[in-house]
Amino acid sequence: MGGLQKKKYESGSATNYISRNKARKKLSLSLADFRRLCILKGIYPHEPKHKKKVNKGSTAPRTFYLLKDIRFLLHEPIVGKFREYKIFVRKLRKAYGKAEWSGVQRMKENKPAYKLDHIIKERYPTFIDAVRDVDDALSMCFLFSTFARTGKCHVQTIQLCRRLGVEWMNYIIASRSLRKVFLSIKGIYYQAEVLGQTITWIIPYQFAHDHPTDVDYRVMATFTELYTTLLGFVNFRLYQTLNLVYPPKLDGQGEFSLKSECEEDYALESESYSEKLAALSASLARTVPSVEDEEAELDHFPAEGEDLEKMETREKMELEQNKQKKLFEGLKFFLNREVPRESLAFVIRCFGGEVSWDKSLCIGSTYDETDETITHHIVDRPTIDKQYINRYYIQPQWVYDCVNGKILLPVEEYFLGVTLPPHLSPFVEESEGDYVPPEKLKLLALQKGEKPQAEEDEEEEEEEDDEDDEEEDDQSEDEDEAEDEASLAEMEEKRAQGKSLSVKVTPGKVKPENRMRTEQEEKAEEKRLAIMMMKKREKYLYDKIMFGKKRHVREANKLAAKRKAHDDANKPDKKKKKKKC
Amino acid sequence: MIFENRLCKKIIKTNRPRRRLTFDVIDSNPHGRIFSMRPTHTGTMSKLKNKKRNLEENEDEQLPIFDKDGGKDGPHLDDGDEDQGDLSESEESVFSGLEESGSDSDDEEEEEEDEEDGSEEKSSDVEEDKTDRQLSAKEVIKPQTDVQNSKEKKKKKKAAGKEGGEESVVADRDSGLQISSQVDEYEHDTSDEEDIRNTVGNIPMEWYKDYPHIGYDLDGKKLFKPIRNKDELDEFLDKMENPDYWRTVQDKMTGADIRLSDEQVDLVHRLQQGKFGDVNFNEYEPAIDFFSNEVMIHPVTNRPQDKRSFIPSLIEKEKVGKLVHAIKMGWIKPRRPKETTPQYYDLWAKEDPNSILGRHKMHVPAPKMKLPGHEESYNPPPEYLMSEEERLAWEQQDPEDRKLSFLPQKFACLRAVPAYSRFIHERFERCLDLYLCPRQRKMRVNVNPEDLIPKLPKPKDLQPFPTTQSLVYRGHSSLVRSISVSPSGQWLVSGSDDCTVRFWEVSTARCLKTVEVGGAVKGVAWNPNPSICLVAVSYDDTVVLLNPGLGDRLVCTASDQLISSYEEPEEVKDQLVQWAVAEGEGHEQGHRLILKHPKAVRQVTWHGKGDYLACVMPDNGSSLQVVIHQVSKRRTQNPFRKNKGLVQCVSFHPIRPYFFVATQRYVRVYNLIKQELTKKLMANCKWISSMAIHPGGDNVICGSYDCRLAWFDLDLSTKPYKVLRHHKKALRSVAYHRHYPLFASGSDDGSVIVCHGMVYNDLLQNPLIVPVKVLKGHTITHDLGVLDVTFHPTQPWVFSSGSDGTVRLFT
Repeated sequence: MGGLQKKKYESGSATNYISRNKARKKLSLSLADFRRLCILKGIYPHEPKHKKKVNKGSTAPRTFYLLKDIRFLLHEPIVGKFREYKIFVRKLRKAYGKAEWSGVQRMKENKPAYKLDHIIKERYPTFIDAVRDVDDALSMCFLFSTFARTGKCHVQTIQLCRRLGVEWMNYIIASRSLRKVFLSIKGIYYQAEVLGQTITWIIPYQFAHDHPTDVDYRVMATFTELYTTLLGFVNFRLYQTLNLVYPPKLDGQGEFSLKSECEEDYALESESYSEKLAALSASLARTVPSVEDEEAELDHFPAEGEDLEKMETREKMELEQNKQKKLFEGLKFFLNREVPRESLAFVIRCFGGEVSWDKSLCIGSTYDETDETITHHIVDRPTIDKQYINRYYIQPQWVYDCVNGKILLPVEEYFLGVTLPPHLSPFVEESEGDYVPPEKLKLLALQKGEKPQAEEDEEEEEEEDDEDDEEEDDQSEDEDEAEDEASLAEMEEKRAQGKSLSVKVTPGKVKPENRMRTEQEEKAEEKRLAIMMMKKREKYLYDKIMFGKKRHVREANKLAAKRKAHDDANKPDKKKKKKKC
Repeated sequence: MIFENRLCKKIIKTNRPRRRLTFDVIDSNPHGRIFSMRPTHTGTMSKLKNKKRNLEENEDEQLPIFDKDGGKDGPHLDDGDEDQGDLSESEESVFSGLEESGSDSDDEEEEEEDEEDGSEEKSSDVEEDKTDRQLSAKEVIKPQTDVQNSKEKKKKKKAAGKEGGEESVVADRDSGLQISSQVDEYEHDTSDEEDIRNTVGNIPMEWYKDYPHIGYDLDGKKLFKPIRNKDELDEFLDKMENPDYWRTVQDKMTGADIRLSDEQVDLVHRLQQGKFGDVNFNEYEPAIDFFSNEVMIHPVTNRPQDKRSFIPSLIEKEKVGKLVHAIKMGWIKPRRPKETTPQYYDLWAKEDPNSILGRHKMHVPAPKMKLPGHEESYNPPPEYLMSEEERLAWEQQDPEDRKLSFLPQKFACLRAVPAYSRFIHERFERCLDLYLCPRQRKMRVNVNPEDLIPKLPKPKDLQPFPTTQSLVYRGHSSLVRSISVSPSGQWLVSGSDDCTVRFWEVSTARCLKTVEVGGAVKGVAWNPNPSICLVAVSYDDTVVLLNPGLGDRLVCTASDQLISSYEEPEEVKDQLVQWAVAEGEGHEQGHRLILKHPKAVRQVTWHGKGDYLACVMPDNGSSLQVVIHQVSKRRTQNPFRKNKGLVQCVSFHPIRPYFFVATQRYVRVYNLIKQELTKKLMANCKWISSMAIHPGGDNVICGSYDCRLAWFDLDLSTKPYKVLRHHKKALRSVAYHRHYPLFASGSDDGSVIVCHGMVYNDLLQNPLIVPVKVLKGHTITHDLGVLDVTFHPTQPWVFSSGSDGTVRLFT
């Protein structure tokens, strides 16, 4: 009748997708190259809406790429480079086989290399896009920078990763954009706000890696290749926004010339500069105009060292913007040698504190342990022999907790040898109905400015109240029905009893009618009856939602109960301690 | 002779000398293989060689003489060379193994040479790399040898190409030997063809099995097989008698029998034992180390240096000149050192915001990693730590199923925190997720569960309906299967499994009368006609019409009279059911009429006028499942001729002459006057248990054992207008209220649910169904809860009878 018969799978979603193998053949690439190309170009498989249609009626598990994506890959110049590289490898192998060493040398010199600049530009058309996506890049770079310089990947890559990581940290320090820090068992999470984008990255603790065998390092290396390029460009641009010199230069040359003697022991001449940068103890050089501006302001505060003043003026600019940024302002920290130096130095400097360490620990220490102006000495051992009177000896968690709490917490709980209060994740934002650990409540109260001493008792009460409330909430739903039944049964019983047993009339008591209660019950029953009338599909959805909610509540309850049990178990101990005190 | 030779070679490979050797052996000849592998080589050479062979054949007789004469080198130098090799246990002997076989033919040598060729070709391939070394070695050794000798050898080398190397090595080793110069190696052709008698080549000889000939000679004439007329017996005799039988073999190429010589046999034996064919070959010769650490005072060669080593090369000069010129002209530039560090610049100097997602609109950005919670802290609050059981459970779970990928741990101080062993894994998994994970944009609708609940009128506004349990009628000792209320609403009758029927006063819950019947009561039904006081009770296969004698005496006597006034018709028809009038004690108790049915009666129901009574006798096999009795005329009829399935219950239409029959899955509506099926309602459930008809007559509800209650609107369709699944267990009974818009359902879960079911007169408006109350009171015994539900005829009250032996009134 009307035109040609339509054939199946010749239009629509079947033609919009392409399976991986077909894509590979279309691009005539080996699987490894295809994989690398996908990583670099950010091509990922798509899950089609109707898998069977796309799979031409088959239900075999396949991964599908968008045909448009693959077409877009067809004209990628990098593909040519891949082929060149393949040829290069072949030639090199041949030369090796023939023992043509000069040829090998020549070929190695002319090894085909590719740049990823255009890919970065293409994947992130605007700078903000790039900044938004920098999370994974940072985590990966920081991980790679902790690798030993043997085996798993090229030394240059590791060095580059280290350099970029240091640059990034220096930028964060300079821009004071760190917001949250979290000491987890996996590593240290940092969260910064850069140009309005929240960026979170994780740095592993400083240990040698036990390299797993079931990890494909080639994939990781390809990602790192991309990430280093991305991070390099992002760093460049970020430094530009702050008028900092890129690649970063240290400010205040004079100071360093003074200390050059001990540096020679520490690192080679070639490495010492990068090490100094990595020490994170000094601020960075700026491009000319901004420096002048600040210097003009500098003149007002001639008392302190130049470097510090400059820093301070810059801080004050930002001080008005955010109180948090000057959290450690005016505090002088000294790091004992057993604490994680880099992390602490980074965090303290991000919030305006001064930090130093033992000269033999790392390059770039600015003052000695004997300095009288030190306010906080960070120690991570039970006791310390020689203590100075005019400073606090505290454990490193204090610094992190202060950052997360956005206030300077009382130091008593963090003294040496004291059992530390729990370290909470700053990333958790409790919504209503969630379990809130009591420590968090305490912190919130502190932030509001209430006094901690009076707080404690109240809090405990609060806690209990909260817990009770929660419990009630959770159980109320379950209980409602039961209560109804119970009340019914009771009434029934009463009546039955009244009728069967007691013939005599006793003066009735006025039953205090809980209007609220009855109203609630009524409403609950209404709801229950209405639920009966729901359609099957809606009922299913409703049940699912309610199940999720109930599970949530159950979990919160469980946590609360556990806490309570723990507190109960520990109360006697606490009391004893108090008595002792 | 030639044959002998060949055979000799062939035997080498076999290890069964006593048997007749077959020509299969040929295939195992390595040289034969080489031959076949190099067709071009032989193809071009074959003619020449053949010619040469002819010549050689002529010379055959002569050459052995020389051979036998001993180590004379003169006349045939090449052979001599080999012979020397033989004598001196040269390397060639290793290859051939045939020299000492005692044969004195030239052919043998030829073949040796064949082998040499082959081996040389092989070894030359292998030794190509070594040639340099060998050559140098030669040069080192030369001083030991005669100068002349070496010179000759060099010449020979030039002439002999590949072979030269080999020969020279040999020569070098036994340096004491004088080697004759000027050897023409092609004097004796070293062709690898083997048989010149038969020209068929190296083919399986069984191809000629069926022919009289066995091949073609050089002139192209057929070679005929030797006539063999030996049969088995001859063979045997031969075997017994001929002392040489064991050393006789057959040549496949010619078919002739050949007797092996002693030497040949000896060779075969030697080879079988894994020894060298050559008797004189010493395989354990002391090794001579040519390359020692001792520095010799004399140069290896005293060859004068070439002239070209003194004169600067012109070609090189030219090349250098060209390069210099190119550099001068700036064509060639020195290589710049490569930049190893990547260069960064402002990549986004010219941003083009329009190109965002320009690629396609299907881009799905990767979700960020989940942020860690309190439990990941190195020092978490104590409630986040796992208890022992939780930890065990966690460990037993599959890694994919775990809610947390790690075990929360608490460390006293930061110093004690170890490295996280799965850090690299996690990063790697993230990488895999980024490039391997199929992405899909999922629309997550944030549904407020409250919105899903339908908006219904409040039950409060739909009053009156029963809300509380007000009376419990106790007295029955077993399940109360059925209840019924008198049309006045004053009395209640209940029939139970304890074989009694009890009459209650509704308002006081007092049992006024107990009537014992002869079996568990399945159904009771009060006559709906207010002017007749009769109750139909069914037990076993009997239906009894009782007059309880309650209420207005006039009515009671009237109904008694109605029954007794019956006059026997003149012609007595055979009835399906026996009608009998109760007498004696039964009459005292109130029994009036006894109807004996052929089968057990499950349900009884009255027509609205009170004259007709329908009984259900469920039976899958027969058509007699439903009978309708007319009480006033004591007539019984079976309305259905066919069995349409197991009948569950029946009901009369309250107004019109319709009759509803519920089978397992369908409800059929029959017009009794027209005697036809008017409607078939599909209940969409597995097994209908009960049915009730709205007093308006246009709506039907069906309860089913699969927890459903289906509301049919007869005007709408044959499918349920609404299906309610509000009971948790099977529904046992359903009932409509006669006046109020209420209906109730009783279920095995022990509850009675009362619903508001408003039917509007306006046909356009669908019935409104709102559940208004869940009434609980019955206890569940034997997995049975409420068995029957019925409404009070005038009040919004509902009665329910349960398996706990009680009847309850909810008001």
